[in-house]
Amino acid sequence: MNWITNYVRPKLQQLVRKTDVPDNLWTKCPKCEQMLYHRELESNLYVCPKCDHHLRLRAAKRLELLFDEATYETIEAPAEVLLDPLCFRDRKRYADRLKETQAATNVKDAIIVGEGRIGGLSAVVAVFDFEFMGGSMGMAVGDAFIAGARRAVETQASFLAISSSGGARMQEGILSLMQLPRTVIGVQEVKEAGLPYIAILADPTTGGVSASFAMLGDIQIAEPGAVIGFAGARVIEETIRQTLPDGFQRAEYLRDKGMLDLIVHRRELRNTLIRILRLIRNPLPSGQVVKIGDAGAWNAKRGRPGT
Amino acid sequence: MADVRAPMRNFLDFEKPIAELEAKIEELRHLSSSGDLNIIDEVTKLQGKVDRELRQIYAKLSAWQKVQVARHPDRPHFTDYAKALLEDMTPLAGDRGFAEDAAIIGGLARFRGNSVVVIGTEKGADTASRVRHNFGMAHPEGYRKARRLMELAERFRLPIVTFVDTPGAYPGIGAEERGQAEAIARSIETCLSVHVPLLSVVIGEGGSGGAIALAAGNTVLMLEHAIYSVISPEGCASILWRRADQAQVAAEALRLTAQDLKKLGVIDRIVPEPLGGAHREPEKAVAAVGDALEAALNALRGIEGGVLRARRREKFLEIGQKGLA
Repeated sequence: MNWITNYVRPKLQQLVRKTDVPDNLWTKCPKCEQMLYHRELESNLYVCPKCDHHLRLRAAKRLELLFDEATYETIEAPAEVLLDPLCFRDRKRYADRLKETQAATNVKDAIIVGEGRIGGLSAVVAVFDFEFMGGSMGMAVGDAFIAGARRAVETQASFLAISSSGGARMQEGILSLMQLPRTVIGVQEVKEAGLPYIAILADPTTGGVSASFAMLGDIQIAEPGAVIGFAGARVIEETIRQTLPDGFQRAEYLRDKGMLDLIVHRRELRNTLIRILRLIRNPLPSGQVVKIGDAGAWNAKRGRPGT
Repeated sequence: MADVRAPMRNFLDFEKPIAELEAKIEELRHLSSSGDLNIIDEVTKLQGKVDRELRQIYAKLSAWQKVQVARHPDRPHFTDYAKALLEDMTPLAGDRGFAEDAAIIGGLARFRGNSVVVIGTEKGADTASRVRHNFGMAHPEGYRKARRLMELAERFRLPIVTFVDTPGAYPGIGAEERGQAEAIARSIETCLSVHVPLLSVVIGEGGSGGAIALAAGNTVLMLEHAIYSVISPEGCASILWRRADQAQVAAEALRLTAQDLKKLGVIDRIVPEPLGGAHREPEKAVAAVGDALEAALNALRGIEGGVLRARRREKFLEIGQKGLA
């Protein structure tokens, strides 16, 4: 590697965004506005070394950070969804917007579902990609989420969802609203199979995503500073005509109001998940693995008949 | 004598020609206290003209016009349905955690002979009642009450009937602090958990999360001119067009009419409204909804609880296979 191979041509977007340096090399922390060198940022898991602000992460990156040896297989929905079912057009045709976004982000839609091991325990993780239309939830997202939940049931794996989404995808109209009950059904199937479902709320988790699977975790974890809420702050301000309290809809605020179990620093997330998953899935002192949903071993140990 | 409908007070923009004709009829009626045959004749003629106009206008309402009809102040609200369709209505209050939320009314009642748990969003009909019911916008307590009542239905194996008419869940500080998102999510979860028949009918406005919280049912009915959408046309316009004045365009793009939602498989049946909309003849609209609900309830009778639940989930999982090409 030398400075020539390291140099990356600025993308068109950057010219519009008016950053004076290519953001592949330097990123400005959105909170403290410090310029951060990309290597430093990457080694710090995209958390600002100066102010601890948790920057948004691409879905693939998150999966790498969570799974053992950064290794996972992706899970796809069994069938492609209808492209632009409503023939929606705002200032641009939705079909075109989708294609452009796919080209710009290198992902098919706003979610990636990965399957692998976390601390040696099998897990399926559904991760939202905010870069793709604000992580908005439409049919493709719903289908992939359900495919992930079903894969977890099939392989008796734990199911985790990391949300980073503005909510339902308006361009899919009512069909995006229908992803609320659909993703809830995915969660129900996991829970009814006796498997753990852990919701990890990253910035932001709002609208239809917060009003469905993201708030139904057996355990509710959030990243520090994440915006979490149902209605947008601007909508609330316009409705009530008052300024909102400091820290409103931030993870810490929600935890203090009793809405979250834990706020976990990104550096600690993987270890925290391993600890929780082991506590739930390896309940015996020997560490011998127990099939979840089978209380027999635990009951036998306590001298009770199995159920 | 010609049909004696109560004179309408609130006319929508596109109902101008009808307003004029009805004003004329009113005038003639005042003159005809003596029972002048010519005047009665004229009134009958004009009434026929009104009907023709109404039929024409209402046969091809645009999405935006339907939004206005769905929000019409004279349109029957949940309490009108409850009064006409339910006997022994026993409202049950409170979420057992924080408060009673009057935006959602629920309780035990008898519907056409059957004990049911009924839950509905109520917008209110005048200033005082609108304020009391918070214009049909529930706080988390409303959804938690709904959930509690659905669990009550589950316990006693009673069918659940929900009436949806809401601009959406209330966006406020307290609502957020007390977990609006979580309350809606749990309400949806409970709709999809119960082993009893769950019937929903969108009677006016089906506003986003606040609507689906009560409408993940076995059978979802919708009045002919009701609307059901992921976001209000105004909200959509200000986000996607960055201009609130594009609400009419957004209303078309969102495909929020009963007719489009039926094609998409999101709703199961459209309940026809009386000529000129439910607000013109509320009793007829209420009775039509009652008949449709009774038929839907009968169709689910005798189906085992586990099957009911599995079919309900299957129905939602299948949504999205039909587009509007």
